[in-house]
Amino acid sequence: MKKILVGLAALCLGAALGTGAFAQEEAHGGHDEANPTHFPILKPEELDWSFAGPFGRYDKAQLQRGLKVYREVCAACHSMRLVSFRNLEDLGYSEAQIRTLAAEYEVQDGPNADGEMFTRAAIPSDHFPSPYPNDEAAAASNNGAAPPDLSLMGKARTVERGFPTFVFDVFTQYQEGGPDYVHALLTGYDETPPEGMEIPEGTHYNPYFIAGKSLAMPKPITDGQVTYDDGAPQTVDQYSRDVSAFLMWAAEPHLDERKMIGFRVVLFLLLFIGLLWMTKRKVWSDVPH
Amino acid sequence: MSAEETAEPTRRDFLYIATGMAGVVAAASVAWPFIDQMRPDASTLALATVDVDVSSVEPGMSITAKWRGSPIFIRNRTDAEVEQAREVPLTALKDPIARNANVPGDAPATNDNRSAGEGRENWIVMVGTCTHLGCVPLGQSGDFGGWFCPCHGSHYDTAGRIRVGPAPLNLPIPTFEFISDTTVRIG
Amino acid sequence: MSGGHSTYTPTSAVGRWMDARMPLPRLVHDSFVSYPTPRNLNYAYTFGGILSVMLVAQIVTGVVLAMHYTPSTLLAFDSVEKIMRDVNSGWLLRYLHSNGASMFFIAVYIHIFRSLYYGSYKAPRELLWILGCIIYLLMMAAGFMGYVLPWGQMSFWGATVITGFFTAVPVVGQSIQQLLLGGFSVDNPTLNRFFALHYLLPFMIAGVVVLHVWALHVTGQTNPTGIEVKSKTDTVPFTPYATLKDALGMMVFMLLFAYFVFYLPNFLGHPDNYIVANPLKTPAHIVPEWYFLPFYAILRAITFNIGPIDSKLGGVLAMFGAIAVLFFVPWLDTSKVRSAVYRPWYKLFYWLFAINAIFLGWLGSRPAEGAYVIMSQLSTIYYFGFFLVIMPLLGLIETPRRLPNSITEAVLAKHKGSAAAHPAGATAAPETKA
Repeated sequence: MKKILVGLAALCLGAALGTGAFAQEEAHGGHDEANPTHFPILKPEELDWSFAGPFGRYDKAQLQRGLKVYREVCAACHSMRLVSFRNLEDLGYSEAQIRTLAAEYEVQDGPNADGEMFTRAAIPSDHFPSPYPNDEAAAASNNGAAPPDLSLMGKARTVERGFPTFVFDVFTQYQEGGPDYVHALLTGYDETPPEGMEIPEGTHYNPYFIAGKSLAMPKPITDGQVTYDDGAPQTVDQYSRDVSAFLMWAAEPHLDERKMIGFRVVLFLLLFIGLLWMTKRKVWSDVPH
Repeated sequence: MSAEETAEPTRRDFLYIATGMAGVVAAASVAWPFIDQMRPDASTLALATVDVDVSSVEPGMSITAKWRGSPIFIRNRTDAEVEQAREVPLTALKDPIARNANVPGDAPATNDNRSAGEGRENWIVMVGTCTHLGCVPLGQSGDFGGWFCPCHGSHYDTAGRIRVGPAPLNLPIPTFEFISDTTVRIG
Repeated sequence: MSGGHSTYTPTSAVGRWMDARMPLPRLVHDSFVSYPTPRNLNYAYTFGGILSVMLVAQIVTGVVLAMHYTPSTLLAFDSVEKIMRDVNSGWLLRYLHSNGASMFFIAVYIHIFRSLYYGSYKAPRELLWILGCIIYLLMMAAGFMGYVLPWGQMSFWGATVITGFFTAVPVVGQSIQQLLLGGFSVDNPTLNRFFALHYLLPFMIAGVVVLHVWALHVTGQTNPTGIEVKSKTDTVPFTPYATLKDALGMMVFMLLFAYFVFYLPNFLGHPDNYIVANPLKTPAHIVPEWYFLPFYAILRAITFNIGPIDSKLGGVLAMFGAIAVLFFVPWLDTSKVRSAVYRPWYKLFYWLFAINAIFLGWLGSRPAEGAYVIMSQLSTIYYFGFFLVIMPLLGLIETPRRLPNSITEAVLAKHKGSAAAHPAGATAAPETKA
């Protein structure tokens, strides 16, 4: 066993040396500022999230602010088709509040007895309605680039961490690549492109965009655009944090429960392993092996 | 570890028992999610309330709504039908309990206890599945002018009470309320 | 030690009645209670048990997920999201299943590397090893098809690329791909058949596992010394010794599993699979699940034509060859000594091979450009070189260290310093007790 451990250690060391050298090379390769080939150009900043780490929990006040930003800003173009109004109970709203909030939206229903589709006020079991009737309409109204659905954005966009960061991530439990990315993107519009870089017509430079140097979405939000009633700063940075947290919740609504159960499971397993280890030692005590 | 050892319980026995117990706890906790997942899910439960527009239901007509995947009979009874139901003595009923989720569980199966309450005695709202084996009875038919289940021949009267046939209970009345003169909220 | 005399004696009338008609309790007793296991097995040998638990876990979680999943291109993605959001404990079951696949592969790789280290594949265990290789192949098929079911971007494009392998076959390639897909591209028929097969394969795996365990119980386990069991003092009964050790190893593994499920559930997956499949838009950078990465690197390493074989077919052949070569390992290894413990040179090349395999995996996750391609090619050469050159040659030229006469001698030699208190006779105690 000891030999295997020594071997494993040697193996890890070798792998680290080998790959480290290449990671270096990769970082320096293709470094032409005006014509970058790897995206995003800049890695997102790692922020402190209330839901990070083994005891992380969503901050309900933040999620409520994020919902406000989504409803007042993002929802103009982006759907969130997998989230129902009833899910907003997680954000600390009462059933009556949710009914009222849902009723502000109109959804299509039908057909009625005459065979006609009709619209009615939404009820809690309805999903957030899409701002466009279909993807084609969404693309047509946005220069051919349909705004993506935001239901899973908190998990669907993660900037690759690279070696050896991804190894450390196992121990730091870094799972917040999604919200970090969304925040970086929303706050990354004000930078000027490096000299010589050509930005295609109708797109907007953003060094944090994951799939290119610029994207079709213009800067969506400005300071003071959304009014907060809880005294939180009304800045682009704060809006971005809140809406990123909200999108993480939308993508992973059971995160709180997961981490809570996880803690109990891990604790139990540690105890059980301790008991098994003692039992095993007792049983094997009369057999050298 | 053999059962023949009758010595005093030792630390070793304690250890073995504790380990075994922990194993049992582990197995039981692991089993739970697999059973839990079979229960109705959140989206199914969310559909537990439906609003039905009854403005177009004239006396003598009925409509069928869908609630929790089952048919709901909503009937606007004529005065004659109501009168007919009122005249039936409780002793003539096979099931003398109202079976109405909106009144106490032991309330008798009078016409008023079966109807939508004061001022709306003409309305009756019921889950349209025969209490025998779950078929959907036909409206305005049968020996008592109420409902008739063609599967096994159960006859219900105009208040949805079982009168003749194999069904044991009156047609159940779900939780509901008229949230306006023209809208019933079921569930 | 095979077909050893059964020590099972039913104590109750019911037991005797059963034993005369269908001796299932006897089989269980002989296989998992009194079955002799070498006393010197280390924790690397607990992975067989761990793997059977993982197989059961995958089947059980898979069956309940199938109760909520809808194999239709229109509904698959949303039905998985419904599991994640609305089904009671659905998120837990789904994360258990998706991470369980990764854990299954971690365990199987440790199990395979343990075999390679201790020479477990050598005569008379060739068939045992080949059955294991078949299980591994079936696992890969099940893993690949399972990854398609959520119908995310990586599901779709992974299926496109992998079924694309078959177009490399001369003349009939296109027809084979269309046969697999049930169309001209990955679509509803593909998803439906992958679901049906994904449900079937684990039961096929379970069948081969039965054969694998059967073969194991005929030849008996190997052990770190590689010396066959010679006397009763070399072994201990399976229960309680191996059962407890296996249980301990298993629970430590479960801790790792739980850590990923509860704290890093998406670490081993790809974010693009949270985007619904779009047949008109390829992700910038397609990567398979991590457990296929070394083979993916080998596939991409062949960038040149070899005579009449073009680079596409060459890559596919190299990739399948990398798996196929495993089947011949029992005959490629010419060494008379089984365990790497007594083979200093093999040990060195073995660890190089292990590093190389991980390195190949990392290369598989990199874009296929520049230095990565050259590195992949060198790594691929070592991969095949290890099996086709080093294994056969080393067995002929290497001078192994002196082997102990028996397992017991090896164990007692190890314990010489501290084990004065353990006379040789003590080791027989468990036997008499059982």
